[in-house]
Amino acid sequence: MEQFHQTFFEESFEGLDIMENELLNLDVGNADNESINTIFRSAHSIKGGSGTFGFTAIAEFTHVAETLLDEMRDGTRQITQEAVDILLKSVDVMRDMLNVYKDGGEMNEDTNAAVQKELENLLGAEGASASNEGNQASEQQTASDGWHISFHPHVEMLRTGNDPVRMMYALAELGEIEVVADISDLPAFVDLNPEDSHLSWKITLTGDINKDDIVEVFDWVEDECDLEIEPIVNKSEKIPDAEDTATSNSSIPAATKEPAEKKSPAKKTGGETASIRVGIDKVDEIINLVGELVITQAMLGQAGGDMSTDKEYNETRMEKLLEGLAQLERNTREIQESVMRIRMLPISFVFSRVPRLVHDLSGKLNKKVDLVTLGEGTELDKTVMEKIGDPMVHLVRNALDHGIETPEQRIAAGKPETGTLTLNAYHKGGNIVIELSDDGAGINKERVLNKARANGLVGANEELSDDAINDLIFHPGLSTAEALSDVSGRGVGMDVVRKNIKSLGGSVRVKSTEGEGAIFIIQLPLTLAILDGQLVKVGSETFVVPLVSIIESIQVKSDNLSGIAGKADLYKLRNEYIPVIRADHIFNMPNDDSQLENRLMVVVEGDGHKAGIIVDDLLAQQQVVIKSLETNYQRVDGISGATILGDGTVALILDIAGMIEIYKEKGVPDPTTPVTPPEGNNSDMAEEAA
Amino acid sequence: MASILAVDDSASMRQMVTFTLKGAGYDVTEAKDGVEALQIAKSNSYNLVITDVNMPNMDGITLTKELRALPAYKFTPILTLTTESSTDKKMAGKQAGATGWIVKPFNPDQLLATVKKVLG
Amino acid sequence: MTKAASELNSIIGSELDSDADQYLTFILGSEEYGVDILRVQEIKGWDSVTPIPNTPEYIKGVINLRGTIVPIVDLRQRFNMPEIEYGPITVVIVLKIECADRDRIMGIVVDGVSDVYDVPPEEMKAAPDFGNVVDTEFVRGLATVDEKMIIILDIDHLMSGNEMKETDNISA
Repeated sequence: MEQFHQTFFEESFEGLDIMENELLNLDVGNADNESINTIFRSAHSIKGGSGTFGFTAIAEFTHVAETLLDEMRDGTRQITQEAVDILLKSVDVMRDMLNVYKDGGEMNEDTNAAVQKELENLLGAEGASASNEGNQASEQQTASDGWHISFHPHVEMLRTGNDPVRMMYALAELGEIEVVADISDLPAFVDLNPEDSHLSWKITLTGDINKDDIVEVFDWVEDECDLEIEPIVNKSEKIPDAEDTATSNSSIPAATKEPAEKKSPAKKTGGETASIRVGIDKVDEIINLVGELVITQAMLGQAGGDMSTDKEYNETRMEKLLEGLAQLERNTREIQESVMRIRMLPISFVFSRVPRLVHDLSGKLNKKVDLVTLGEGTELDKTVMEKIGDPMVHLVRNALDHGIETPEQRIAAGKPETGTLTLNAYHKGGNIVIELSDDGAGINKERVLNKARANGLVGANEELSDDAINDLIFHPGLSTAEALSDVSGRGVGMDVVRKNIKSLGGSVRVKSTEGEGAIFIIQLPLTLAILDGQLVKVGSETFVVPLVSIIESIQVKSDNLSGIAGKADLYKLRNEYIPVIRADHIFNMPNDDSQLENRLMVVVEGDGHKAGIIVDDLLAQQQVVIKSLETNYQRVDGISGATILGDGTVALILDIAGMIEIYKEKGVPDPTTPVTPPEGNNSDMAEEAA
Repeated sequence: MASILAVDDSASMRQMVTFTLKGAGYDVTEAKDGVEALQIAKSNSYNLVITDVNMPNMDGITLTKELRALPAYKFTPILTLTTESSTDKKMAGKQAGATGWIVKPFNPDQLLATVKKVLG
Repeated sequence: MTKAASELNSIIGSELDSDADQYLTFILGSEEYGVDILRVQEIKGWDSVTPIPNTPEYIKGVINLRGTIVPIVDLRQRFNMPEIEYGPITVVIVLKIECADRDRIMGIVVDGVSDVYDVPPEEMKAAPDFGNVVDTEFVRGLATVDEKMIIILDIDHLMSGNEMKETDNISA
């Protein structure tokens, strides 16, 4: 049975998501019946499945919720906000239970019981044992010798597919059977309709047989026949009809305390799954493309074969070969794109967590918030999506907690009472961009700056641009909430959000206008395996710089160079100073050229820091496949992986943020972007402080 | 070998039913709702139809009615999957023309026993 | 790749004598070393390597082995022997290393490969202290074949020393 568990869990979690979604969108005063039906069906399915697969606790709990939903859908119960809220809580309980069954751990007995109580209270006194029509007044009577059965099917009984002969056979299995047919009702042959039943039988069944077993044979046709079962009385004593008390076949199995399955803590979230659902259209597309590949291969095979038999160089043959190769390139690219799309799922899977979150949080914080989601169909890699969920949840919490003001504050500020949180996702370049914007209070720059100064992150006299100040919120230890509300700021800070996003190869930054709101902009690669890169030459080696990190490439003009304490170089790029990183030095490669004039500098950004990397040459921009250095070797600082170039050689992929770290560690002060000139003797660099 | 059409919107239930019945030597075809089931039933023939009641697009009761309207399925055994507590569902099924019912939750043995009872 | 190497390549993976362990031997300077043939994945000629910054001298860099990135160790440098110019018989032996956490593929650059020998376990003698030529931690034992002394290396220890230790802090 266990082989079906995986599917059951998957579809149940999906069902719970559907329930939750519909519940959240339910218009209490004017509920859509189709919606209620959908919710009911999901609960019903989960109940049925969990009963079948032995997950009794869920079956039992869900039954109560299902009863409530049943009443709601057939109109006997009004749909109230209270009911919806309790049902939402039930969804949470069911999710937790499913997780416990799936991953092990202990059931949250108290919470589950509490929510169940709420459901039962709502249902009324008979709550838990409602609709208990499974009661059969079973007469526990056993005749010692047998039974006389009179079976007279109604005319239409055959039309339900019930076959008297089958029933006879079933009876024959219970004991010795003797059957006498009564054909008195048969019409004339001419008038006989073969679909009608006009026969009846007198059956004698001898043996030590339980009446229940006989009743069971006719269970299905109870209403479609006349049935009499009388015991064969042989002895003088007649066994009195003992009316048994209704053995209540409670449709809820006895509450069993689920033993803790494992000592491991129950995982709260769904976690990663090892399987993925793929639309069949994507599969068909790949099949087609592979078909084309096969054709191209045949074509190349032929062209190559032809050429090898030729003794001389043949122009046409060469062209054919080149044509074939071009086609191969097309096929490969198309297959690559197509296959990558398999791992892509719409971001709605992540966005779907948000409505519930907003609903709960706005309630808790007494704030009014409207949620707008755009671009839900934008697709991204499944693994990236699974990992972006938590950071996004944190950002939403943050927006509701610190961003959007209370209704009173908003009105006082001349804003509408209800704040708006907007989620927007779209593709840009080879990346997916997720914007989380709110029309709240924005980031209090003064508070952030003061905190940063107090922490020593920023010098007392250092001036920072607005963007730089806003970016400070991503530094660890900089939570500026007056009191750490229990909603956010619980050790899961913005720095963790940035770290997590960075580990996915992405970036996050914030733009804010005080009083008006803030936008968090997350950029993520579409896939973890492929990178858009700029090939550069450093010394005799080729490196790959991720395009997403590159701001621009320029030629160094010595006039714009300056030094800090004689050690580092700074470059004046328009109105800011960026540190100059010599790639050859960072990587300890031999280099004799210390002159920087007219050298190529790639201006990059990593983790909010800008820098300029000196390279020897800019080569092509191309998509590269990321190969792990750690599989057979180990992690190298400043290098995020390797790739294999067209000529078969290995090129290392630069980790920009890592390189900046190494640069810092080599004894150079933090290269934030100061506007005031560095202390030095370059008088022409003197600028007024901002 | 007898062929069975199993209809349920729950994939795990379908899997379980198919696995159990195929293991006993029956031919099993799956459908995820009444609409799909009706379509499949029209272009193939089955000795038995087992259907869940609550399904989107077309529920089991309606499916039963629709099947009975087809000449090929006038007398084919049709069983509905119902929960113990809903006698009205059992009756609704019968009124729609179902042969009988299988009570949920059921284990594979119960399923097999019932199928045998019906198919012989 | 030399003819000898390609011949040896064909021995690798062929039926092994279950009584004796087979070793692939190679030359470094004037000494002959051996490695368990079960660990040898293939033998390649020396080709260019992509250096990795900030790594010990003896790690020459990485190569592309049919799509996998494989680090290459210069065994001469690893044993602190004088460097030589790589020539036509310079060879890279690609090995399967068993590390604590998982298996890795690595290559070693040697002067040239020699042969494959059967060495029954009882023929393997313990190694005396070599002084500082080769750390005896890496030596499994000594064998005598055709009056030559073969130094049998413990390849796992050699390759998964401290320098190779995983700093496994990928996504936090």
